Amino acid sequence: MIELWSNLPPALQMLLKGLAVIAVIFPIAGASSLAERKISAAFQGRPGPNRAIPIWFAWVPVIGPLLQKLGVFHLMSDGLKMLFKEDPLPGHVNKPYFILAPILAMIPAFTTVSVVPFGAYFDAAGHAVPLMLANVDVGILAVFAVGSLGVYALIIAGWASNSKYPFLGGVRASAQLISYELSMTLSVLPVFLWVNAPGTAGSLSLARVVEFQSQPGFWGGTWFVFVMPVSAFVFLVSLYAETNRQPFDMPESEADLVGGFHTEYGAFKWSLFFVAEYSHMTVGSAVFTLLFLGGWNPLPWVPLSDVAVWLHLADSPVLLGLLSIAIFLGKVILSIFVFMWVRWTLPRFRYDQVMKIGWQRLLPLAIANLIVYALAIAVIQK
Amino acid sequence: MTDLLFLVLSAVTLVSAVLVVVNRNAVNAAMFFLLSLVGTAGLFVLLDAYLLAFVLILVYAGAVVSLFLFIIMLLDTRPEAQKPFKKMTVAASLLGGLLLFTGVLSLVLRFTPAPVGADPALAPVGASLKAYAEQLFTTYLLPVQVVGFLLLVAMLGVIVLSKRFQEPESRSQNSGGTA
Repeated sequence: MIELWSNLPPALQMLLKGLAVIAVIFPIAGASSLAERKISAAFQGRPGPNRAIPIWFAWVPVIGPLLQKLGVFHLMSDGLKMLFKEDPLPGHVNKPYFILAPILAMIPAFTTVSVVPFGAYFDAAGHAVPLMLANVDVGILAVFAVGSLGVYALIIAGWASNSKYPFLGGVRASAQLISYELSMTLSVLPVFLWVNAPGTAGSLSLARVVEFQSQPGFWGGTWFVFVMPVSAFVFLVSLYAETNRQPFDMPESEADLVGGFHTEYGAFKWSLFFVAEYSHMTVGSAVFTLLFLGGWNPLPWVPLSDVAVWLHLADSPVLLGLLSIAIFLGKVILSIFVFMWVRWTLPRFRYDQVMKIGWQRLLPLAIANLIVYALAIAVIQK
Repeated sequence: MTDLLFLVLSAVTLVSAVLVVVNRNAVNAAMFFLLSLVGTAGLFVLLDAYLLAFVLILVYAGAVVSLFLFIIMLLDTRPEAQKPFKKMTVAASLLGGLLLFTGVLSLVLRFTPAPVGADPALAPVGASLKAYAEQLFTTYLLPVQVVGFLLLVAMLGVIVLSKRFQEPESRSQNSGGTA
Protein backbone atom coordinates (compact mmCIF):
# COMPACT_ATOMS: atom_id res chain seq x y z
CA MET A 1 0.00 0.00 0.00
CA ILE A 2 2.67 2.46 1.10
CA GLU A 3 4.96 1.31 -1.73
CA LEU A 4 2.20 1.84 -4.24
CA TRP A 5 1.74 5.35 -2.87
CA SER A 6 5.42 6.30 -3.02
CA ASN A 7 5.71 4.93 -6.57
CA LEU A 8 3.14 7.42 -7.85
CA PRO A 9 4.50 10.53 -9.60
CA PRO A 10 4.80 13.48 -7.18
CA ALA A 11 2.35 15.64 -9.10
CA LEU A 12 -0.32 12.93 -8.83
CA GLN A 13 0.46 12.50 -5.12
CA MET A 14 -0.09 16.22 -4.53
CA LEU A 15 -3.30 16.15 -6.54
CA LEU A 16 -4.66 13.21 -4.54
CA LYS A 17 -3.66 14.82 -1.25
CA GLY A 18 -5.37 18.06 -2.24
CA LEU A 19 -8.52 16.23 -3.28
CA ALA A 20 -8.50 14.31 0.02
CA VAL A 21 -8.35 17.56 2.00
CA ILE A 22 -11.15 19.10 -0.06
CA ALA A 23 -13.12 15.90 0.43
CA VAL A 24 -12.95 16.58 4.18
CA ILE A 25 -13.57 20.36 4.08
CA PHE A 26 -16.56 20.18 1.74
CA PRO A 27 -18.65 17.77 3.86
CA ILE A 28 -17.75 19.75 7.01
CA ALA A 29 -19.01 22.90 5.29
CA GLY A 30 -22.16 21.07 4.22
CA ALA A 31 -22.74 19.51 7.63
CA SER A 32 -22.25 22.94 9.22
CA SER A 33 -25.34 24.18 7.39
CA LEU A 34 -27.39 21.39 8.93
CA ALA A 35 -25.76 21.98 12.32
CA GLU A 36 -26.63 25.65 12.01
CA ARG A 37 -30.31 24.79 11.51
CA LYS A 38 -30.34 22.29 14.35
CA ILE A 39 -28.47 24.58 16.74
CA SER A 40 -30.66 27.57 15.94
CA ALA A 41 -33.66 25.34 16.60
CA ALA A 42 -32.24 24.26 19.94
CA PHE A 43 -31.62 27.89 20.89
CA GLN A 44 -35.17 28.85 20.02
CA GLY A 45 -36.83 25.82 21.60
CA ARG A 46 -37.89 24.23 18.28
CA PRO A 47 -37.23 20.65 17.14
CA GLY A 48 -35.60 21.85 13.89
CA PRO A 49 -35.51 19.84 10.65
CA ASN A 50 -36.73 16.31 11.52
CA ARG A 51 -38.99 15.09 8.73
CA ALA A 52 -37.11 13.97 5.62
CA ILE A 53 -36.40 10.23 5.40
CA PRO A 54 -36.02 7.89 2.41
CA ILE A 55 -38.49 5.03 2.60
CA TRP A 56 -35.87 2.27 2.88
CA PHE A 57 -34.35 3.97 5.94
CA ALA A 58 -37.76 4.17 7.60
CA TRP A 59 -37.82 0.34 7.62
CA VAL A 60 -34.68 0.17 9.83
CA PRO A 61 -36.07 -0.05 13.38
CA VAL A 62 -34.08 2.21 15.77
CA ILE A 63 -31.42 3.88 13.65
CA GLY A 64 -33.80 5.11 10.95
CA PRO A 65 -36.05 7.26 13.19
CA LEU A 66 -32.98 8.48 15.09
CA LEU A 67 -31.33 9.73 11.89
CA GLN A 68 -34.65 11.25 10.86
CA LYS A 69 -34.85 13.12 14.15
CA LEU A 70 -31.29 14.39 13.71
CA GLY A 71 -32.28 15.74 10.29
CA VAL A 72 -29.42 14.04 8.46
CA PHE A 73 -31.50 13.46 5.33
CA HIS A 74 -32.40 17.14 5.08
CA LEU A 75 -28.74 17.76 4.32
CA MET A 76 -28.83 15.40 1.33
CA SER A 77 -32.20 16.60 0.07
CA ASP A 78 -31.05 20.23 0.35
CA GLY A 79 -27.91 19.47 -1.59
CA LEU A 80 -29.80 17.63 -4.32
CA LYS A 81 -32.41 20.38 -4.49
CA MET A 82 -29.73 23.04 -4.97
CA LEU A 83 -28.08 20.97 -7.67
CA PHE A 84 -31.18 20.19 -9.74
CA LYS A 85 -33.09 23.43 -9.30
CA GLU A 86 -33.40 25.73 -12.28
CA ASP A 87 -30.51 28.19 -12.17
CA PRO A 88 -32.00 31.60 -12.89
CA LEU A 89 -29.92 34.28 -14.60
CA PRO A 90 -31.68 37.64 -14.22
CA GLY A 91 -31.78 39.73 -17.39
CA HIS A 92 -30.31 42.89 -15.91
CA VAL A 93 -27.05 41.45 -14.56
CA ASN A 94 -23.52 41.72 -15.92
CA LYS A 95 -23.29 38.07 -17.01
CA PRO A 96 -19.53 37.28 -16.96
CA TYR A 97 -18.99 38.81 -13.52
CA PHE A 98 -22.27 37.42 -12.20
CA ILE A 99 -21.07 33.89 -13.02
CA LEU A 100 -17.48 34.60 -11.92
CA ALA A 101 -18.44 35.77 -8.41
CA PRO A 102 -19.46 32.40 -6.88
CA ILE A 103 -16.34 30.79 -8.37
CA LEU A 104 -14.20 33.56 -6.84
CA ALA A 105 -15.88 32.81 -3.52
CA MET A 106 -14.79 29.16 -3.58
CA ILE A 107 -11.17 29.62 -4.71
CA PRO A 108 -9.73 31.41 -1.63
CA ALA A 109 -11.75 29.23 0.72
CA PHE A 110 -10.11 26.08 -0.66
CA THR A 111 -6.67 27.54 -1.44
CA THR A 112 -5.95 28.62 2.14
CA VAL A 113 -6.33 25.02 3.28
CA SER A 114 -3.09 24.12 1.50
CA VAL A 115 -0.89 25.90 4.06
CA VAL A 116 -2.89 24.91 7.15
CA PRO A 117 -1.43 21.90 9.00
CA PHE A 118 -4.06 19.55 10.40
CA GLY A 119 -2.11 16.90 12.27
CA ALA A 120 1.32 15.50 13.06
CA TYR A 121 3.22 12.29 13.61
CA PHE A 122 6.70 11.56 14.95
CA ASP A 123 9.48 10.32 12.72
CA ALA A 124 12.15 7.84 13.81
CA ALA A 125 14.21 10.57 15.46
CA GLY A 126 11.24 11.75 17.54
CA HIS A 127 10.68 14.99 15.65
CA ALA A 128 7.13 16.05 14.98
CA VAL A 129 6.32 16.04 11.25
CA PRO A 130 3.29 18.19 10.46
CA LEU A 131 0.65 16.86 8.07
CA MET A 132 -0.07 19.57 5.55
CA LEU A 133 -0.20 20.12 1.81
CA ALA A 134 2.51 22.79 1.43
CA ASN A 135 4.96 23.38 4.27
CA VAL A 136 6.04 26.87 3.24
CA ASP A 137 7.97 29.31 5.35
CA VAL A 138 5.37 32.05 5.02
CA GLY A 139 2.43 30.07 6.55
CA ILE A 140 0.19 32.64 8.19
CA LEU A 141 1.05 35.28 5.58
CA ALA A 142 -0.22 32.96 2.85
CA VAL A 143 -3.45 32.40 4.79
CA PHE A 144 -4.01 36.13 5.18
CA ALA A 145 -3.01 36.90 1.59
CA VAL A 146 -5.24 34.33 -0.07
CA GLY A 147 -8.00 34.81 2.48
CA SER A 148 -8.10 38.53 1.72
CA LEU A 149 -9.03 37.69 -1.89
CA GLY A 150 -12.40 36.44 -0.61
CA VAL A 151 -13.69 40.01 -0.59
CA TYR A 152 -13.74 40.11 -4.40
CA ALA A 153 -16.50 37.53 -4.57
CA LEU A 154 -18.74 39.79 -2.49
CA ILE A 155 -17.84 43.03 -4.28
CA ILE A 156 -18.17 41.52 -7.74
CA ALA A 157 -21.43 39.75 -6.84
CA GLY A 158 -22.87 43.01 -5.51
CA TRP A 159 -21.73 45.02 -8.50
CA ALA A 160 -22.63 42.51 -11.22
CA SER A 161 -26.15 42.03 -9.86
CA ASN A 162 -26.82 45.58 -11.05
CA SER A 163 -29.54 46.31 -8.53
CA LYS A 164 -29.86 48.32 -5.36
CA TYR A 165 -29.60 45.94 -2.41
CA PRO A 166 -26.80 43.72 -3.70
CA PHE A 167 -24.85 46.86 -4.54
CA LEU A 168 -25.17 48.16 -0.98
CA GLY A 169 -24.13 44.74 0.28
CA GLY A 170 -21.03 44.76 -1.92
CA VAL A 171 -20.00 48.23 -0.79
CA ARG A 172 -20.49 47.28 2.84
CA ALA A 173 -18.50 44.07 2.34
CA SER A 174 -15.47 45.83 0.92
CA ALA A 175 -15.40 48.44 3.69
CA GLN A 176 -15.93 45.91 6.47
CA LEU A 177 -13.45 43.31 5.31
CA ILE A 178 -10.66 45.84 4.80
CA SER A 179 -11.31 47.41 8.20
CA TYR A 180 -11.10 44.19 10.14
CA GLU A 181 -8.16 42.76 8.23
CA LEU A 182 -5.89 45.29 9.98
CA SER A 183 -6.87 44.25 13.50
CA MET A 184 -6.64 40.59 12.54
CA THR A 185 -3.09 40.91 11.20
CA LEU A 186 -1.94 42.99 14.16
CA SER A 187 -3.46 40.60 16.69
CA VAL A 188 -1.34 37.61 15.59
CA LEU A 189 1.95 39.53 15.56
CA PRO A 190 2.67 38.98 19.30
CA VAL A 191 2.32 35.22 18.77
CA PHE A 192 4.97 35.22 16.06
CA LEU A 193 7.23 37.61 17.97
CA TRP A 194 7.13 35.17 20.89
CA VAL A 195 7.64 32.07 18.74
CA ASN A 196 10.54 33.53 16.74
CA ALA A 197 12.88 34.11 19.66
CA PRO A 198 16.30 35.59 18.83
CA GLY A 199 18.69 32.96 17.53
CA THR A 200 16.03 30.66 16.10
CA ALA A 201 15.35 30.27 12.40
CA GLY A 202 12.65 32.81 11.68
CA SER A 203 9.46 31.29 10.34
CA LEU A 204 5.80 32.20 9.97
CA SER A 205 4.81 28.55 9.64
CA LEU A 206 1.68 27.57 11.55
CA ALA A 207 3.15 24.16 12.36
CA ARG A 208 5.96 25.93 14.20
CA VAL A 209 3.45 27.73 16.43
CA VAL A 210 1.89 24.42 17.42
CA GLU A 211 5.33 22.92 18.05
CA PHE A 212 6.04 25.86 20.34
CA GLN A 213 2.88 25.13 22.32
CA SER A 214 3.75 21.47 22.79
CA GLN A 215 7.03 21.88 24.65
CA PRO A 216 7.48 20.19 28.03
CA GLY A 217 7.12 22.18 31.24
CA PHE A 218 4.55 24.67 32.45
CA TRP A 219 5.38 27.60 30.17
CA GLY A 220 6.20 25.38 27.22
CA GLY A 221 2.84 23.63 27.28
CA THR A 222 0.71 26.72 27.87
CA TRP A 223 -1.60 27.50 24.98
CA PHE A 224 -1.41 31.01 23.60
CA VAL A 225 -5.02 31.70 24.53
CA PHE A 226 -3.83 31.81 28.17
CA VAL A 227 -0.64 33.77 27.49
CA MET A 228 -2.22 36.25 25.08
CA PRO A 229 -5.95 36.44 25.80
CA VAL A 230 -6.31 39.90 24.23
CA SER A 231 -4.71 38.71 20.98
CA ALA A 232 -7.05 35.72 20.92
CA PHE A 233 -10.09 37.92 21.55
CA VAL A 234 -9.18 40.47 18.86
CA PHE A 235 -8.42 37.68 16.39
CA LEU A 236 -11.71 35.93 17.09
CA VAL A 237 -13.80 39.11 16.76
CA SER A 238 -12.04 40.04 13.50
CA LEU A 239 -12.53 36.48 12.29
CA TYR A 240 -16.29 36.80 12.83
CA ALA A 241 -16.23 40.05 10.86
CA GLU A 242 -14.04 38.61 8.09
CA THR A 243 -16.29 35.59 7.61
CA ASN A 244 -19.41 37.82 7.58
CA ARG A 245 -20.93 35.98 10.48
CA GLN A 246 -23.41 37.56 12.76
CA PRO A 247 -23.18 39.93 14.62
CA PHE A 248 -21.13 41.28 11.69
CA ASP A 249 -23.05 40.02 8.67
CA MET A 250 -23.44 43.50 7.16
CA PRO A 251 -22.99 42.40 3.51
CA GLU A 252 -25.95 40.05 3.85
CA SER A 253 -28.06 41.55 6.66
CA GLU A 254 -31.43 40.30 5.44
CA ALA A 255 -33.42 42.63 7.68
CA ASP A 256 -32.40 45.77 5.78
CA LEU A 257 -30.83 44.50 2.53
CA VAL A 258 -33.20 41.62 1.57
CA GLY A 259 -30.30 39.18 0.92
CA GLY A 260 -27.41 41.59 0.54
CA PHE A 261 -24.83 40.72 -2.09
CA HIS A 262 -26.57 37.46 -3.08
CA THR A 263 -30.11 38.82 -3.45
CA GLU A 264 -30.14 38.09 -7.19
CA TYR A 265 -28.58 34.64 -6.87
CA GLY A 266 -30.46 31.38 -6.71
CA ALA A 267 -30.01 27.63 -6.78
CA PHE A 268 -26.48 26.31 -7.22
CA LYS A 269 -24.70 29.67 -7.48
CA TRP A 270 -26.29 30.77 -4.22
CA SER A 271 -25.31 27.52 -2.54
CA LEU A 272 -21.70 28.09 -3.64
CA PHE A 273 -21.68 31.34 -1.65
CA PHE A 274 -23.17 29.43 1.23
CA VAL A 275 -20.56 26.67 1.14
CA ALA A 276 -17.80 29.27 0.74
CA GLU A 277 -18.95 31.01 3.91
CA TYR A 278 -18.83 27.76 5.87
CA SER A 279 -15.46 26.83 4.34
CA HIS A 280 -14.09 30.21 5.41
CA MET A 281 -15.44 29.53 8.89
CA THR A 282 -13.80 26.11 8.94
CA VAL A 283 -10.42 27.42 7.79
CA GLY A 284 -10.66 30.40 10.16
CA SER A 285 -11.47 28.08 13.06
CA ALA A 286 -8.53 25.89 12.06
CA VAL A 287 -6.16 28.87 12.11
CA PHE A 288 -7.54 30.01 15.47
CA THR A 289 -7.06 26.48 16.85
CA LEU A 290 -3.48 26.35 15.60
CA LEU A 291 -2.52 29.77 16.89
CA PHE A 292 -4.26 29.89 20.23
CA LEU A 293 -5.67 26.47 21.13
CA GLY A 294 -2.58 24.31 20.78
CA GLY A 295 -3.39 22.71 17.42
CA TRP A 296 -3.40 18.94 17.74
CA ASN A 297 -2.38 18.79 21.40
CA PRO A 298 -5.31 17.27 23.30
CA LEU A 299 -5.23 19.42 26.46
CA PRO A 300 -3.17 22.34 27.75
CA TRP A 301 0.08 21.04 29.28
CA VAL A 302 -0.62 17.60 27.72
CA PRO A 303 1.25 17.52 24.38
CA LEU A 304 0.61 14.90 21.72
CA SER A 305 3.97 13.23 22.42
CA ASP A 306 2.81 12.30 25.97
CA VAL A 307 -0.35 10.73 24.56
CA ALA A 308 1.78 8.79 22.08
CA VAL A 309 3.79 7.37 24.99
CA TRP A 310 0.70 6.46 27.05
CA LEU A 311 -1.04 4.72 24.17
CA HIS A 312 2.21 3.17 22.81
CA LEU A 313 1.62 4.80 19.44
CA ALA A 314 5.03 6.38 18.99
CA ASP A 315 6.15 3.76 16.48
CA SER A 316 2.92 3.68 14.43
CA PRO A 317 2.86 7.01 12.60
CA VAL A 318 -0.38 6.26 10.73
CA LEU A 319 -2.46 5.73 13.88
CA LEU A 320 -0.89 8.70 15.63
CA GLY A 321 -1.46 10.89 12.58
CA LEU A 322 -5.13 9.89 12.52
CA LEU A 323 -5.42 10.55 16.26
CA SER A 324 -3.90 14.01 15.90
CA ILE A 325 -6.23 14.82 12.99
CA ALA A 326 -9.20 13.68 15.10
CA ILE A 327 -8.14 15.89 18.02
CA PHE A 328 -7.62 18.83 15.69
CA LEU A 329 -10.95 18.37 13.91
CA GLY A 330 -12.68 18.08 17.29
CA LYS A 331 -11.36 21.49 18.28
CA VAL A 332 -12.29 22.98 14.92
CA ILE A 333 -15.85 21.66 15.23
CA LEU A 334 -16.07 23.07 18.74
CA SER A 335 -14.94 26.43 17.41
CA ILE A 336 -17.57 26.28 14.63
CA PHE A 337 -20.15 25.58 17.33
CA VAL A 338 -19.04 28.76 19.12
CA PHE A 339 -19.53 30.65 15.84
CA MET A 340 -23.15 29.43 15.77
CA TRP A 341 -23.64 30.00 19.46
CA VAL A 342 -22.63 33.64 19.01
CA ARG A 343 -24.80 34.00 15.92
CA TRP A 344 -27.98 32.86 17.63
CA THR A 345 -27.26 34.77 20.85
CA LEU A 346 -26.10 38.26 19.89
CA PRO A 347 -28.18 40.75 17.88
CA ARG A 348 -26.70 42.19 14.69
CA PHE A 349 -24.74 45.44 14.97
CA ARG A 350 -25.75 48.52 13.02
CA TYR A 351 -23.42 49.44 10.19
CA ASP A 352 -22.01 52.52 11.95
CA GLN A 353 -21.42 50.37 15.04
CA VAL A 354 -19.49 47.85 12.95
CA MET A 355 -17.21 50.60 11.64
CA LYS A 356 -16.83 52.11 15.11
CA ILE A 357 -15.93 48.78 16.70
CA GLY A 358 -13.41 48.05 13.95
CA TRP A 359 -11.59 51.37 13.82
CA GLN A 360 -12.09 52.91 17.25
CA ARG A 361 -12.12 49.90 19.56
CA LEU A 362 -10.49 46.85 18.01
CA LEU A 363 -7.63 48.52 16.12
CA PRO A 364 -6.33 50.61 19.08
CA LEU A 365 -6.71 47.55 21.29
CA ALA A 366 -4.70 45.46 18.83
CA ILE A 367 -1.97 48.11 18.54
CA ALA A 368 -1.73 48.56 22.33
CA ASN A 369 -1.64 44.78 22.74
CA LEU A 370 1.18 44.55 20.20
CA ILE A 371 3.25 47.27 21.90
CA VAL A 372 2.81 45.78 25.38
CA TYR A 373 3.72 42.28 24.21
CA ALA A 374 6.62 43.52 22.09
CA LEU A 375 8.12 45.23 25.15
CA ALA A 376 7.44 42.25 27.41
CA ILE A 377 8.92 39.80 24.90
CA ALA A 378 11.98 42.02 24.46
CA VAL A 379 12.55 41.97 28.23
CA ILE A 380 11.90 38.24 28.70
CA GLN A 381 13.83 36.94 25.69
CA LYS A 382 16.78 39.30 26.03
CA MET B 1 8.06 23.11 -17.10
CA THR B 2 9.49 26.20 -15.39
CA ASP B 3 10.16 27.87 -18.75
CA LEU B 4 6.63 27.18 -19.90
CA LEU B 5 5.20 28.56 -16.64
CA PHE B 6 7.42 31.61 -16.96
CA LEU B 7 6.16 32.29 -20.48
CA VAL B 8 2.52 31.78 -19.54
CA LEU B 9 2.74 33.96 -16.43
CA SER B 10 4.66 36.71 -18.25
CA ALA B 11 2.09 36.70 -21.04
CA VAL B 12 -0.79 36.91 -18.53
CA THR B 13 0.93 39.72 -16.64
CA LEU B 14 1.77 41.81 -19.73
CA VAL B 15 -1.50 41.29 -21.59
CA SER B 16 -3.61 42.12 -18.55
CA ALA B 17 -1.37 45.12 -17.77
CA VAL B 18 -2.04 46.49 -21.26
CA LEU B 19 -5.76 45.78 -20.85
CA VAL B 20 -5.76 47.79 -17.59
CA VAL B 21 -4.71 50.88 -19.52
CA VAL B 22 -6.85 50.53 -22.63
CA ASN B 23 -10.06 49.29 -21.02
CA ARG B 24 -12.90 51.81 -21.01
CA ASN B 25 -14.80 50.10 -18.20
CA ALA B 26 -13.25 50.94 -14.82
CA VAL B 27 -14.33 47.69 -13.14
CA ASN B 28 -12.84 45.64 -15.99
CA ALA B 29 -9.62 47.61 -15.65
CA ALA B 30 -9.45 46.93 -11.92
CA MET B 31 -10.06 43.21 -12.44
CA PHE B 32 -7.32 43.05 -15.08
CA PHE B 33 -5.01 44.85 -12.66
CA LEU B 34 -5.80 42.09 -10.18
CA LEU B 35 -4.98 39.45 -12.78
CA SER B 36 -1.73 41.21 -13.61
CA LEU B 37 -0.77 41.23 -9.92
CA VAL B 38 -1.54 37.53 -9.60
CA GLY B 39 0.68 36.89 -12.63
CA THR B 40 3.51 38.89 -11.06
CA ALA B 41 3.11 36.96 -7.81
CA GLY B 42 3.35 33.76 -9.83
CA LEU B 43 6.62 34.98 -11.36
CA PHE B 44 7.95 35.65 -7.85
CA VAL B 45 6.99 32.11 -6.83
CA LEU B 46 8.94 30.79 -9.83
CA LEU B 47 11.96 32.72 -8.50
CA ASP B 48 11.49 31.04 -5.07
CA ALA B 49 10.60 34.43 -3.58
CA TYR B 50 7.48 33.19 -1.75
CA LEU B 51 7.54 36.04 0.72
CA LEU B 52 7.47 38.73 -1.96
CA ALA B 53 4.72 36.86 -3.80
CA PHE B 54 2.46 36.67 -0.76
CA VAL B 55 3.20 40.23 0.36
CA LEU B 56 2.30 41.41 -3.14
CA ILE B 57 -1.00 39.51 -2.99
CA LEU B 58 -1.72 40.63 0.59
CA VAL B 59 -1.04 44.33 0.04
CA TYR B 60 -2.03 44.96 -3.56
CA ALA B 61 -4.58 42.28 -4.43
CA GLY B 62 -6.03 42.06 -0.92
CA ALA B 63 -6.29 45.73 -0.03
CA VAL B 64 -5.37 48.19 -2.78
CA VAL B 65 -7.42 46.78 -5.68
CA SER B 66 -10.43 46.12 -3.47
CA LEU B 67 -10.26 49.77 -2.37
CA PHE B 68 -10.11 50.72 -6.07
CA LEU B 69 -13.26 48.71 -6.69
CA PHE B 70 -14.88 50.29 -3.66
CA ILE B 71 -14.15 53.78 -5.01
CA ILE B 72 -15.23 52.87 -8.55
CA MET B 73 -18.55 51.66 -7.16
CA LEU B 74 -19.04 54.75 -5.03
CA LEU B 75 -18.32 57.08 -7.95
CA ASP B 76 -20.43 54.99 -10.33
CA THR B 77 -18.29 55.77 -13.36
CA ARG B 78 -19.86 55.02 -16.73
CA PRO B 79 -17.75 54.21 -19.80
CA GLU B 80 -19.50 56.80 -21.95
CA ALA B 81 -18.94 59.55 -19.37
CA GLN B 82 -15.17 59.11 -19.64
CA LYS B 83 -13.32 62.18 -20.80
CA PRO B 84 -10.50 61.86 -23.38
CA PHE B 85 -6.97 62.24 -22.04
CA LYS B 86 -5.65 65.74 -21.62
CA LYS B 87 -2.41 66.68 -23.40
CA MET B 88 -0.73 67.22 -20.05
CA THR B 89 -1.69 63.70 -18.91
CA VAL B 90 -0.26 62.15 -22.08
CA ALA B 91 2.98 64.13 -21.70
CA ALA B 92 3.30 63.16 -18.04
CA SER B 93 2.68 59.47 -18.70
CA LEU B 94 5.19 59.48 -21.58
CA LEU B 95 7.77 61.08 -19.30
CA GLY B 96 7.02 58.55 -16.57
CA GLY B 97 7.33 55.67 -19.02
CA LEU B 98 10.63 57.05 -20.30
CA LEU B 99 12.01 57.34 -16.75
CA LEU B 100 10.98 53.78 -15.97
CA PHE B 101 12.53 52.53 -19.22
CA THR B 102 15.81 54.34 -18.46
CA GLY B 103 15.86 52.89 -14.98
CA VAL B 104 15.29 49.33 -16.19
CA LEU B 105 17.81 49.80 -19.00
CA SER B 106 20.53 51.03 -16.66
CA LEU B 107 19.81 48.12 -14.34
CA VAL B 108 20.08 45.61 -17.19
CA LEU B 109 23.28 47.17 -18.62
CA ARG B 110 25.08 47.29 -15.28
CA PHE B 111 23.90 43.87 -14.11
CA THR B 112 26.58 41.21 -13.79
CA PRO B 113 25.17 37.75 -13.17
CA ALA B 114 26.59 36.07 -10.08
CA PRO B 115 28.29 32.69 -10.66
CA VAL B 116 25.71 29.99 -10.08
CA GLY B 117 25.92 28.27 -6.70
CA ALA B 118 29.00 30.24 -5.69
CA ASP B 119 27.74 31.59 -2.40
CA PRO B 120 24.74 30.30 -0.47
CA ALA B 121 24.40 33.75 1.14
CA LEU B 122 23.46 35.06 -2.28
CA ALA B 123 20.29 32.96 -2.27
CA PRO B 124 17.23 35.03 -3.20
CA VAL B 125 16.62 37.43 -0.35
CA GLY B 126 12.88 37.29 -0.91
CA ALA B 127 12.82 33.56 -0.17
CA SER B 128 13.55 33.67 3.52
CA LEU B 129 11.66 35.93 5.83
CA LYS B 130 14.60 36.39 8.16
CA ALA B 131 17.07 37.37 5.43
CA TYR B 132 14.53 39.76 3.94
CA ALA B 133 13.77 41.45 7.26
CA GLU B 134 17.47 41.74 8.09
CA GLN B 135 18.15 43.49 4.78
CA LEU B 136 15.23 45.84 5.34
CA PHE B 137 16.30 46.85 8.81
CA THR B 138 20.05 47.14 8.20
CA THR B 139 21.25 47.77 4.62
CA TYR B 140 18.10 49.37 3.29
CA LEU B 141 16.89 51.10 6.44
CA LEU B 142 17.15 54.62 4.99
CA PRO B 143 15.23 53.89 1.75
CA VAL B 144 12.50 52.15 3.77
CA GLN B 145 12.15 55.15 6.05
CA VAL B 146 12.15 57.55 3.10
CA VAL B 147 9.45 55.57 1.31
CA GLY B 148 7.40 55.45 4.49
CA PHE B 149 7.75 59.20 4.87
CA LEU B 150 6.72 59.73 1.24
CA LEU B 151 3.61 57.63 1.82
CA LEU B 152 2.76 59.70 4.88
CA VAL B 153 3.17 62.91 2.87
CA ALA B 154 0.97 61.51 0.11
CA MET B 155 -1.69 60.56 2.64
CA LEU B 156 -1.67 64.02 4.21
CA GLY B 157 -1.83 65.52 0.72
CA VAL B 158 -4.91 63.48 -0.11
CA ILE B 159 -6.60 64.59 3.11
CA VAL B 160 -5.79 68.25 2.38
CA LEU B 161 -6.98 67.98 -1.23
CA SER B 162 -10.17 66.06 -0.57
CA LYS B 163 -11.37 67.83 2.56
CA ARG B 164 -13.21 71.07 1.99
CA PHE B 165 -11.95 73.72 4.34
CA GLN B 166 -14.79 76.12 5.00
CA GLU B 167 -15.47 78.91 7.41
CA PRO B 168 -17.21 77.60 10.53
CA GLU B 169 -20.38 79.68 10.00
CA SER B 170 -20.83 78.73 6.32
CA ARG B 171 -20.44 75.05 7.18
CA SER B 172 -23.18 75.18 9.79
CA GLN B 173 -25.46 76.83 7.23
CA ASN B 174 -24.79 74.18 4.59
CA SER B 175 -25.36 71.14 6.72
CA GLY B 176 -28.40 72.52 8.55
CA GLY B 177 -26.63 72.97 11.87
CA THR B 178 -25.93 69.26 12.47
CA ALA B 179 -22.18 69.72 12.17
